[in-house]
Amino acid sequence: MNVPDDLLYTESHEWIKREGENVRVGITDHAQSELTDVVYVELPKKDRQANAKEPIAVVESVKAASDIYAPVKGTVVDANKALESNPALINTDPFGEGWIFVLKIDNADDLKQLKDAAAYRKQIG
Amino acid sequence: MTATAQKKTPLYDEHVQRGGKMIAFGGWLMPVQYTSIVEEHRTVRSNVGMFDISHMGQLIVDGSSARQWLNKMLTNNIDRLDIGLGQYTFLLNEGAGIIDDLIAYRISEEKFLLVVNASRTDEDFAWLDRHRVENVELRNRSAEFGGVAVQGPRVVDLFHELLGDDVDLPARNQIVDFRLEGMSVTIARTGYTGEDGVEVFFSASDAPKLWNLVLEKGERFGIKPCGLGARDTLRLEMCYPLNGSDLGFFVDLTKPDFIGREVLRQTKENGPREKLVPFRMKDKGPPPRPHYSVFNNGERIGEVTSGTLSPSLNWGVGMAYVSAPHAKIGSKIEIEIRGQKFPATIEKKPLYKKP
Repeated sequence: MNVPDDLLYTESHEWIKREGENVRVGITDHAQSELTDVVYVELPKKDRQANAKEPIAVVESVKAASDIYAPVKGTVVDANKALESNPALINTDPFGEGWIFVLKIDNADDLKQLKDAAAYRKQIG
Repeated sequence: MTATAQKKTPLYDEHVQRGGKMIAFGGWLMPVQYTSIVEEHRTVRSNVGMFDISHMGQLIVDGSSARQWLNKMLTNNIDRLDIGLGQYTFLLNEGAGIIDDLIAYRISEEKFLLVVNASRTDEDFAWLDRHRVENVELRNRSAEFGGVAVQGPRVVDLFHELLGDDVDLPARNQIVDFRLEGMSVTIARTGYTGEDGVEVFFSASDAPKLWNLVLEKGERFGIKPCGLGARDTLRLEMCYPLNGSDLGFFVDLTKPDFIGREVLRQTKENGPREKLVPFRMKDKGPPPRPHYSVFNNGERIGEVTSGTLSPSLNWGVGMAYVSAPHAKIGSKIEIEIRGQKFPATIEKKPLYKKP
């Protein structure tokens, strides 16, 4: 299973990419494979504020609906509209075209709470 | 239940080897998919797919009173079943609550094979054994047998490829024994997908050989191994009953007596309070899911029992229990999804018809 070294991770299977004051967030290859075919994505609204571990998006597969959590406290500045017409991007390119939203983070220190690739690899076994 | 307590079918190693994603289901480790539920679903609708059904229970009822006794235990009429044929039927308790749905095959005059749901096998057996009378033998042969369902429009071609062009496929609901490359197999023309198909039963020790033979011979017909995920979505599109108040076709109230008859008769006389209806979402949007509330003009009228994005229609569909006065084909309803109401329409069964 692909776990890129340059990303951070949550226990709930989001990946986090630092982009200056922002973080880009999606779900991992492992998560998309567990979910099976993604058929619908509910994106967070722009300017929405969220606390860490607050559910702010929903990814639905053929089988079930799953909440996606804000990895750290912040404000939504962008969401991936391409998923509205092509939710399967989460399956085909989870770390690239399948990104879900971008958060402007309140406090960069919060990122220290997240897992690195080695720790996440250990979690998913 | 812990992971170690889950049972494995005789095809477990084949699933893992082919990349099946294994999940716990009714006490068994089963593949939910190999590559994609949607892809496997469409393979069954357009070509042919194979499912492991070895987890399903197989009970043998035998003895000089078998027929008469079984007809009191099951809702459908066994007297209408010729030797070599099967029927879909229900096992009810005295309150007409469903213990299980199953297919009963008449193997000979007084011998029957019951193919029951995996998770209910032990309970079914215990219930039947408790009600057993003289001259009826009951045996659970589930552990000694494996089974696969081969489903899809190209099943006939595949069957001839396996058994020869001059061998006839069993008729709908017929069950026939064959020899296939030294193996004894029993083939029944049935299935839950809405496509033409067969269920094949064989000795557990032959399971890997048979599985690989069918995949090999089926390659030119586009066969794919399929998981429980596709089995679920295929079944939902056909609106096969999953629950009791919708037994209609599979109950013979003219039979003098069977367990649960009195309650069903009263329900029929007074009309049920709720009905199970298929529905389709009006717009593209989030798919419906079990337990979502159903509304009509702001009034809550029921609850979704199953729902998904239909891989054949590429549209949100489901089944819901709604109060009987609202259960009209064409009625506009609303499904509440995460606090927001989405319009839907009550549809005719089945939700999917072959084009």
